[in-house]
Amino acid sequence: MPEEQKADGKPVQRAAPPGGKPASPAAPKAPAAMAVTPWESDITGMLKQQFGDQISEFSTYLGQNFLIARPDAVVPILEFLKLEADFDYLVDVTAVDYPKQPERFELVYILYSFARNERIRVKTRIPEGYKPQSATSVHLTANWLEREVFDMFGIEFAGHPDLRRILMPEEWEGYPLRKDHAITEQDTRWVKENLGIESGQ
Amino acid sequence: MADTFLDSTELVLNMGPQHPSTHGVLRVIVKLDGERVIGTECVIGYLHRGVEKIGENRTYQQFAPYVDRMDYVASVSNGLGYCLAVEKLIGVEVPPRAQAVRVILTELNRIASHLVWLGTHALDVGALTPLFYTFREREDILNIYEKYCGARLTTHAFRIGGLQYELYEGFEDEVRAVCDTILPKIDEYEQLLTGNRIWVGRLKGVGILTAEECKQYGVTGPMLRAAGVKWDLRKAQPYSGYEQYDFEIPVGQNGDTFDRYIVRLEEMRQSVRIIRQAVDRIPDGPIMGKVPKVIKPPVGEVYVSIEAPKGELGYYIVSDGSTQPYRVRVRPPSFVNLQALDKMARGALVADLVAIIGTIDIVLGEVDR
Repeated sequence: MPEEQKADGKPVQRAAPPGGKPASPAAPKAPAAMAVTPWESDITGMLKQQFGDQISEFSTYLGQNFLIARPDAVVPILEFLKLEADFDYLVDVTAVDYPKQPERFELVYILYSFARNERIRVKTRIPEGYKPQSATSVHLTANWLEREVFDMFGIEFAGHPDLRRILMPEEWEGYPLRKDHAITEQDTRWVKENLGIESGQ
Repeated sequence: MADTFLDSTELVLNMGPQHPSTHGVLRVIVKLDGERVIGTECVIGYLHRGVEKIGENRTYQQFAPYVDRMDYVASVSNGLGYCLAVEKLIGVEVPPRAQAVRVILTELNRIASHLVWLGTHALDVGALTPLFYTFREREDILNIYEKYCGARLTTHAFRIGGLQYELYEGFEDEVRAVCDTILPKIDEYEQLLTGNRIWVGRLKGVGILTAEECKQYGVTGPMLRAAGVKWDLRKAQPYSGYEQYDFEIPVGQNGDTFDRYIVRLEEMRQSVRIIRQAVDRIPDGPIMGKVPKVIKPPVGEVYVSIEAPKGELGYYIVSDGSTQPYRVRVRPPSFVNLQALDKMARGALVADLVAIIGTIDIVLGEVDR
């Protein structure tokens, strides 16, 4: 059943679509950047005034607005947007792993405002081992969402009330959504101890 | 006698993961004081298949069938959300004919999903009969899916850019016939339940979540609307041509289990309204947009969400310019809504916990992914 049998621990190579030509060469030249346009609105004005150079970029891509901030500014920004601009609904918290870059993880917070009918993404970059502040003090829904980010990427949130694995078993080792975690890789010790078999595959 | 076990007032009870009223493999650890719930903890992940990881290892087209297996009672909605996200990423316009068919199939799916919810929820609370009726009506909808795309549950009905299959002969008439039968049936369910003293007694005032609490917990869909917030993504940020159709957003007032029941029933009627409008004016034309054989979006990212039967279903896709997504994040409504279980259950009776789990309308395939 598994289509890509790979040695454990090897970085995931992008597999060729079966039956087709091999995928585009995996070794990238300098990866192309996202073709963004600057984003200006009353919100960016307020944020610039409040946070100054803690926010490095306001951009729009495909009509969707996002900003990039320093990691320690994220929770104050979420709070400011909630109180001053009605962004009272935290839609999602997630992460993207770029293992080759020094600031390995990109944390993404998606916000929505019922009053404005508008979405914003707040993004930040953190190196491995950095413990970003938990957003649970601002949005209760961040509790499970941050637990999932911890579970899948191993990012620990400081000040989280209940930071445990949520989807994987609690004693599981490894963070499945990291890019250096191959798709067939598993915690063989856990599988053997708990399921009594050599491999779950 | 102070240290005998009879003095201990707290009892820890384990519900699930194999319990008929948890709608799958949900395990809830309940702390009880007599019959009162003083705290709950959800243990989830039994159905975790790593859908997001699979997405990173498949091409954009290959991943499409996988999303059906998250919320499997509303697989068409899952597919629509994913297709819309990829289409936005590659800038493909979906032809109007395909959009109309998508709306019809998605709204049929909303009805089917709500029918499953109604039957199982009533079963949990102790009303055995509605289950057989709701599944009978759902069968008509599944038959249409089967005729259209060959599958009943995990349909993979849509393709990136439009549709794979042209409509079959007699599709419109069958859809109209389903609409004609379902409306009186919904009235029948109401006769069975809405005025039923036991039903009302079990549901009224149970599992209250105010509008403010819903927003704090990120709760969306019928649960948010039952709390009085008139918010539906089909109206707020229309997609697939929903702006052309005339329909209402039903809302409740009390945010309790009974209001959620009323809201979902009314949503089925509104879905019928949308389907009737859509089926009367399916435009002619192609069913597939101009999609390249190999989908290679430019470097970028997109978040697209739709109003799934359970709430806001979002896809956050990051492209690195290759044929496979660099990251696919699914924002599942069931997962986020389930988080509010503890808030709703505290102080309730242990028997109400079953009603509260039912009212969230979770599908564990989507909670665990």
